[in-house]
Amino acid sequence: MGNPMKIRAASKDGVTEVKVLISHEMETGQRKDAAGAIVPAWFITELTAKHGDKVVLSSEFGSSVSKNPYLAFKFKGGAKGEKVIVSWKDNKGDTRTDEAAIG
Amino acid sequence: MADELAKYREALADGNPADLLEVKGESLWAEKRGPKNASLEQCDMGLGPGKLEGAYASLPKYFKDTNKVMDVESRLVHCMMTLQGFTQEEVTKNWYSKPGKESDIEALVTFIGAKSNGMKINVPATHPEEAKMAKMGEYIFYRRSGPQDFSCSICHGQEGKRIRLQDLGNLTTKEGAGFAMKTWPSYRVSQGAVWTMQRRLIDCMRQARWPEPNYLADSIIALETYLQKNATGTVMETPGIKR
Amino acid sequence: MNNQRRTVLKSGSGAALLGMLAAAGIITPGMALADWNKAAFDAKSMADTLKALGAGQPADSKDVQVTGPDIAENGAVVPVGVASTLPNVSMVAILIEKNPNALAASFVLPEGTEANVQTRVKMGQTSNVYALVKSDGKFFMATKEIKVTLGGCGG
Ligand code: HEC
Repeated sequence: MGNPMKIRAASKDGVTEVKVLISHEMETGQRKDAAGAIVPAWFITELTAKHGDKVVLSSEFGSSVSKNPYLAFKFKGGAKGEKVIVSWKDNKGDTRTDEAAIG
Repeated sequence: MADELAKYREALADGNPADLLEVKGESLWAEKRGPKNASLEQCDMGLGPGKLEGAYASLPKYFKDTNKVMDVESRLVHCMMTLQGFTQEEVTKNWYSKPGKESDIEALVTFIGAKSNGMKINVPATHPEEAKMAKMGEYIFYRRSGPQDFSCSICHGQEGKRIRLQDLGNLTTKEGAGFAMKTWPSYRVSQGAVWTMQRRLIDCMRQARWPEPNYLADSIIALETYLQKNATGTVMETPGIKR
Repeated sequence: MNNQRRTVLKSGSGAALLGMLAAAGIITPGMALADWNKAAFDAKSMADTLKALGAGQPADSKDVQVTGPDIAENGAVVPVGVASTLPNVSMVAILIEKNPNALAASFVLPEGTEANVQTRVKMGQTSNVYALVKSDGKFFMATKEIKVTLGGCGG
């Protein structure tokens, strides 16, 4: 579900830097729409990044993470061509997984 | 403080959410859709069917087949109608996104714009119809009207004008117009959405307290022609990211 | 997820039970099987959030840093991060004192992942931002004020 993420992963000197951009509204549940009704909370709660089978980051988000979340982190290892896989899940149970090759 | 603001803008530029729309626009471009079940790959944005590299940078431009000067958005709508068989109403219903309602036009324009990244804006407006549009744009730019007697030039016609923290460039010079035009379409942080040039200009007309024109109105295309002509020679950096 | 809920889910019979729990407001659909730390994300004050994270009263440390610019042109998107040179960092979190819920995000870092994470958060107003780090099982913290200029007109 949702639109594809944009994942960039680049290895340099034995460290892989990963940058992820996710398409998501990240509604806080505190905003009102034009008619004055509260827009229900709708946000990513969990995100996991793997290098191959190994988890390299697991995170929990609250609704104050910005719309279209951005995340950057680094892990040791990772060779060009190997895969980084990112999955998220939101409070409505929607999930999405995308992957990118390390460049 | 200016340093920290520059740092802020830099931090946002790496990982511009507009990149997500660009990816989406790319797949929309190639997807067979509409009553005619066709993709947009044969759409002629001015450089020949399917040729997108540099197309955004050379629009608006006169098109023989419609006998009109068209900008990227009016041409895109034209292609969606003629190639895919959509009605104008269907295509333009969501010409801009609202929370929870995505806009195909935003995604497609972001994708088409990105195909001109790194290329020079090139709108010499030498065709008589283009020259006429640029003249009309210039006229609109300086004309005072509306209840406040505002013109575009009051806010955008001099150096160093600011509204709070926003530097408003001088859009009548190559430097000022180039600085602005090269970054569009742009992700607007305050709106959480990509804005196309049509949306930017329609909103500025609202700010000038002018009657808001319709989407794709000739007055907007005229202003775009004038501004792109001023900006000609500036290298595109798009999609941009702005406050 | 607390133990009691986990037991209930294990012994119950799938969807029907989940529906019941959802209707009772105990869980929201889709979150039933998550380990998402609701108590920490729902906490309002700094103290309650730290408690819910099991962090107690972390010591200030020069080896922890809130990264990112000191000023944000728009509170909707504020680039912030956590970096630390402490050994064996297994968890980092970002807290914003003046937000309705202080905790913005937390990250579990397996061995090999550097203690250097960047993200972007919403801030309603200028506030102290805290970087929380768990190193060798102990919690440390650093703080920095980030100014939010909401930027006036220009819609
Ligand atoms: C009341 C002042 C005002 C008037 C009148 C006005 N604008 Fe604007 N314009 C602004 C502001 C404010 C911005 C946004 C600057 C920002 O947020 O960075 C802007 C932005 C723009 C931009 C984008 C600039 C950039 O750097 O990307 C363009 C192009 C533009 N206006 C054109 C026009 C045109 C054409 C008109 C006349 C129809 C007009 N404006 C009338 C205030 C005005």
